[in-house]
Amino acid sequence: MTEKPLISIEAVARRYPAPGGNETVIFEDLWLPIRRGEFVCMIGHSGCGKTTVLNILAGLEAPSDGAVIVDGREIGGPSLDRAVIFQSHALLPWRTVLGNVAFAVKSRWPAKGKDWIEKQAKRFISLVGLEGAERKRPAELSGGMKQRVGIARALSIEPKILLMDEPFSALDALTRGTLQDEVRRICLETGQTTFMITHDVDEAMYLADRIVLMTNGPNAHVAEIVENPLPRDRSRTDLHRHPHYYPLRNHLIDFLVTRSRTLRDAPAADRDPRNPPVVRPHAAPEPVAPISSDQASAQHPSMTRRVP
Amino acid sequence: MINSLPLRAGILSVVLFGLFLLAWHLAVSGTGPTVEMDPAYAALMGQAAVQGKSAMPGPMDVAATLWGHLSDPFYVRGTNDMGLGIQLGHSILRVALGYFLAVAVAIPVGFLIGMSPLMSRALDPFIQVMKPISPLAWMPLALYTIKDSGLSAIFVIFICSLWPMLINTAFGVASVRKEWLNVARTLEVGAFRRAFLVILPAAAPTILTGMRISIGIAWLVIVAAEMLVGGTGIGYFVWNEWNNLSITNVITAIVAIGVVGMILDQILARIARLVSFPE
Ligand SMILES: Nc1ncnc2c1ncn2[C@@H]1O[C@H](COP(=O)(O)OP(=O)(O)OP(=O)(O)O)[C@@H](O)[C@H]1O
Ligand SMILES: [Mg+2]
Repeated sequence: MTEKPLISIEAVARRYPAPGGNETVIFEDLWLPIRRGEFVCMIGHSGCGKTTVLNILAGLEAPSDGAVIVDGREIGGPSLDRAVIFQSHALLPWRTVLGNVAFAVKSRWPAKGKDWIEKQAKRFISLVGLEGAERKRPAELSGGMKQRVGIARALSIEPKILLMDEPFSALDALTRGTLQDEVRRICLETGQTTFMITHDVDEAMYLADRIVLMTNGPNAHVAEIVENPLPRDRSRTDLHRHPHYYPLRNHLIDFLVTRSRTLRDAPAADRDPRNPPVVRPHAAPEPVAPISSDQASAQHPSMTRRVP
Repeated sequence: MINSLPLRAGILSVVLFGLFLLAWHLAVSGTGPTVEMDPAYAALMGQAAVQGKSAMPGPMDVAATLWGHLSDPFYVRGTNDMGLGIQLGHSILRVALGYFLAVAVAIPVGFLIGMSPLMSRALDPFIQVMKPISPLAWMPLALYTIKDSGLSAIFVIFICSLWPMLINTAFGVASVRKEWLNVARTLEVGAFRRAFLVILPAAAPTILTGMRISIGIAWLVIVAAEMLVGGTGIGYFVWNEWNNLSITNVITAIVAIGVVGMILDQILARIARLVSFPE
């Protein structure tokens, strides 16, 4: 893995002043590289600082320490290169669906004519399956449709990086499933680099190439990076039939239930913030092609642990 | 649909209005005991005092006068005898000038206060002190400095419409939802587009609420202001007719003031509906 990552979170910290002149450390010395075209999910309990990480990546918040490097340059604020899909969809309620998406397109390409902008906006509105609803206002849409507009708005500016903060958590299971399919299809087709926060283990397993596990806060850290052993051409409905499904799922649930707490209270003795352990839960024996490279060593009967 | 709420409310309104007119009619037409009085005073007071008829005009008198005014609202027969329409026109013109002047000042300054916590804190003491001052208290100062009674009235309207719009604009701008501003930030929207395409539409309902309060206050104040400065306007008309002891004209003017005030309020309400958005 010598290819330079597209995004590199380097020694980032976020602290808030606490009463009594102290500081509350949300997280400190956080390192995380994200490769081009990769889909990374972050999982952790409420309040551990996931939104904070995403806001720092987006440039909406400045880190107390450290830096975020994108494409070799330190970011200094929000940018059209990094589109954000907000948890609360954040549509402008006085604009129509088309108006909301066109607003983003116009911001990205200010010199383009009105027709071109409308065409581009409409292309992405139909990409998320909303053709026919262009003239509707957000208040006339269902929650799932609003979230689709948010996705269309983010994708329409053709960003280098897509940042999503629990985009589907407010939706019913059926809508969530459809949108997950759409997001996965779009990301695979376009090779979109994506960072997504979620609470939903199944969502992470379906969408992510790598899953970043955060311990509980305060003073959270990246406990582990889990590589997704499921095949790339996985489908949402057959996921649970795959032999790796349960090892992966159990590993993630175990983490959320116990290890997220125990690892915060007693971090691994050899913890290296720059190189959190990378694991690949899988059914033993690991079928044919082993994990990508180097010193793959089975430390756990059904787990491959790599030290990068 | 006989059960529809607006219809029933309408019927009730008409019935109440009818009852009010009836009570008014009965109250003023009763013949009380004729009091012994100085003949000169009796001559002065006319038949009302002599025959025990109340000096208050009844609804029919007011209706007749109102009809007279409505059928010829714009006559000018001298400085003290102009049609009701002309007088109202003068008042509306003054209100409009003072009001739009206030809009032109309040909205940009309100934007500034709403956007900048520094300006907000720095200007707050001034606003807090200026706001509770009765606009009429400015009148002598205005007359002394401007030296023109018409302009002074406009200034008083300006100063009284300023505060609600200023405070509401600042509040509306300061409380634009953070997520909308974050959308603008992630899209690298320039200051100009952000102000006009994000903040202004988001704050517009609050701003319009302030504008609606202001037009109401302005219309309240213009009557008092014109009573003070004299010359023209519906306030002056009321005062003049009171000096003429023409209660009928006074009541007619009161009705006209109420109707114009309602129309002004409705215009603003209509605009407020245009800029409002459901969330
Ligand atoms: N302005 C602030 N002052 C002090 N602490 C703050 C402030 N904003 C956030 N925090 C703290 O930062 C921590 C991380 O917040 P963050 O929103 O990133 O959590 P999260 O992991 O996204 O949680 P959730 O899953 O509930 O969205 C929280 O414990 C919160 O209390
Ligand atoms: Mg969050």
